[in-house]
Amino acid sequence: MNLATPQSQTGFAAWWKQHRFKIIPWLFLAPGLFMFTLYVIWPIFQSIWISFYDWDGLGDPRFIGLANYRELWQDDGFYTSLKNNVIWLVLYMLAVPAGLFIALFLNQTVFGIRLYKSLFFFPFVISQVVVGLVFAWFYDPSNGILALIFHAFGGTPPAILSDENYVTYGIIAAGLWPQIAYCMILYLTGLNNVAPEQIEAARLDGAKGLRMLWHVILPQLRPATFIAIVVTVIGALRSFDLISIMTQGGPYGSSRVLAYYMYETALSEYGYRMGYGATIAVILFLIMMVYISFFLWRMYQQEK
Amino acid sequence: MFTSLRKLSLAALMAGLFSASAWAGDLVVNYDGSDPAPKKAFEAVIAKFQEANPDIKVKWNTFDHEGYKTSIRNFLTADPPDVAAWYAANRMAPFVKAGLFEDVSDVWEKEGLNDSMASAAGAMTIDGKKWGVPYTYYQWGVYYRKDIFEKLGIAVPKTWDELLAASAKLKENDITPFAVGTKQTWTTGGWFDYLNLRTNGYEVHRDLTSGKIKYTDPRIQKTFDNWDALLKPGYFLKDHASFTWQDALAPMVQGKAAMYLMGNFAVAPLREAGLTDAQLGFFQFPEITAGVEKAEDAPIDTFHIPAKAKNKDDARKFLAFLASPDTQTMVNKELGQLPINKNAQVGDDVFLKAGFEMLSNTKQLAQFYDRDADAEMAKAGMDGFQEFMIKPERRKEILERLDKVQEKVNAKASN
Repeated sequence: MNLATPQSQTGFAAWWKQHRFKIIPWLFLAPGLFMFTLYVIWPIFQSIWISFYDWDGLGDPRFIGLANYRELWQDDGFYTSLKNNVIWLVLYMLAVPAGLFIALFLNQTVFGIRLYKSLFFFPFVISQVVVGLVFAWFYDPSNGILALIFHAFGGTPPAILSDENYVTYGIIAAGLWPQIAYCMILYLTGLNNVAPEQIEAARLDGAKGLRMLWHVILPQLRPATFIAIVVTVIGALRSFDLISIMTQGGPYGSSRVLAYYMYETALSEYGYRMGYGATIAVILFLIMMVYISFFLWRMYQQEK
Repeated sequence: MFTSLRKLSLAALMAGLFSASAWAGDLVVNYDGSDPAPKKAFEAVIAKFQEANPDIKVKWNTFDHEGYKTSIRNFLTADPPDVAAWYAANRMAPFVKAGLFEDVSDVWEKEGLNDSMASAAGAMTIDGKKWGVPYTYYQWGVYYRKDIFEKLGIAVPKTWDELLAASAKLKENDITPFAVGTKQTWTTGGWFDYLNLRTNGYEVHRDLTSGKIKYTDPRIQKTFDNWDALLKPGYFLKDHASFTWQDALAPMVQGKAAMYLMGNFAVAPLREAGLTDAQLGFFQFPEITAGVEKAEDAPIDTFHIPAKAKNKDDARKFLAFLASPDTQTMVNKELGQLPINKNAQVGDDVFLKAGFEMLSNTKQLAQFYDRDADAEMAKAGMDGFQEFMIKPERRKEILERLDKVQEKVNAKASN
């Protein structure tokens, strides 16, 4: 008889057979978890740790308790950045309805519609750096297109990127261009999945226009809306590259957001205040945490 | 934890930056000039040094000028070369204080540099010791359109009143008196330095940048009064915060602006853009307060030996070689800048000669606002100057804010 019973398998093999369905997923997850811990979780705690120190990145760090936080509390630059972050978050949200509008407009079958769709999607494909450069030229008060338009009507062009009142809005407008394209593509995909029977049924019930959109189409687009809002919030919070390219936080720091301010204090030419930079990072993290928690909670609810 | 963090990140960085680690007997030099002219100048220096010292094998790395400012912090701690380029005055203070630069007072002593480079000695000294050897510097001053001045019958201004009168005349003729681009705020530091040096003199500049005078001090207020005299009538290029210093060269070339307060490095791009020496001139920033000794901004570039260098003997030889009159003559001819060693020859260029003549009659050299002041102070200061140039009416708040930053920086320095 060569029929082996499970009991006859020894030690490890038996244990493995019994537990493999629990262990194998963790084995597959291990590389990702390792990277995530090393590059995301660990630095979070390190930042919190460093924020209690005064450190220039060269000498020995000096423990100063909450002094960095106290300084931040009185720092005008911090409040300017915080205010700009809020403006970014609010205005960036325009990308969602604007993307929806363009998606509805493009969701038709006429000749060459694919070409139009790709043209509308094009700005999202270009790098943020290029978008920043293009808009900086566009705003150039001596010979940018905007200046030419103003001159054509006999006006004086505003120097958008060097006026503290316009600069943040100018950069957000540049950021919205690719972001709208992104939301548009999300909604276009969503519109493909809208059930035709429901539209048919709604039509029989006499719904059309805005009522149709609001009560029939939009509820079906909820997954797309959710993702669009998520990516837009993330885009607003990490709005670093455009600011760095277009103004470097200027004029006199009035277009900084928290992420840029953190970079400037910790890593730029005149910075190297690692502790203070880390303090800003911690505050930014706490703000993001509110949003991340909401996101996780939402996911959890849906999974249930 | 800090050390492990540093080692980890630096090791990762360094692995990418340097593939070759040096043997003893090799001399590793890190240099921040990747543009064609500095690179060529430096290649010539290395070749000549190699010729004189065939037993030393020189390995050198050129870095991008801006990137170098970050790299040096990493390589000085992780994988130090034997010689590294940097800047004088307060700009080298963080490295000196962190014990990363070697005291080279002995080289100064042995080569007689205390005499031949006396003008730069102050900028190289911290705590009574010399921390590096300077190899080049350049003048600052007003570059102007000779042809426009001639056409409008304006003479080169020697005093503040003459400068204001010249500006008024240019403005009347729809020419912007001063081109300036403050998108990168350091350009405002040049303006502040000159107005302050001419209004109050070098001692006030030194005491302000070392934190002994407040920004709300009546003497500094006077500097800002003078700045106002140029700002209120609109003598600066409009929307200057939208332009880099290179962008602001364009109106000068097009004849829409007539003067530009800048370092001598502005001459090369102006010539490339088509201005001839008949069109472009240079004059020393005019006197403001009569009787104040004229001091100049003349930023010095330097070479240092990292404290952890492996081959310090040969590095000292290299510094001595760099300091010699012959080397300084050669390298500065290539760079289009001025040698520090008083026995060296100046290149055959009108602007260099003008600069050399001006600086040899100058007793006090400032390094530039952002090299003399603490980095954090410099950043806040230049942001404040930019804000002042756009919103002069906010002077009070700006200066009070700068006082606050200065207090903070002073407190940091004292512990």
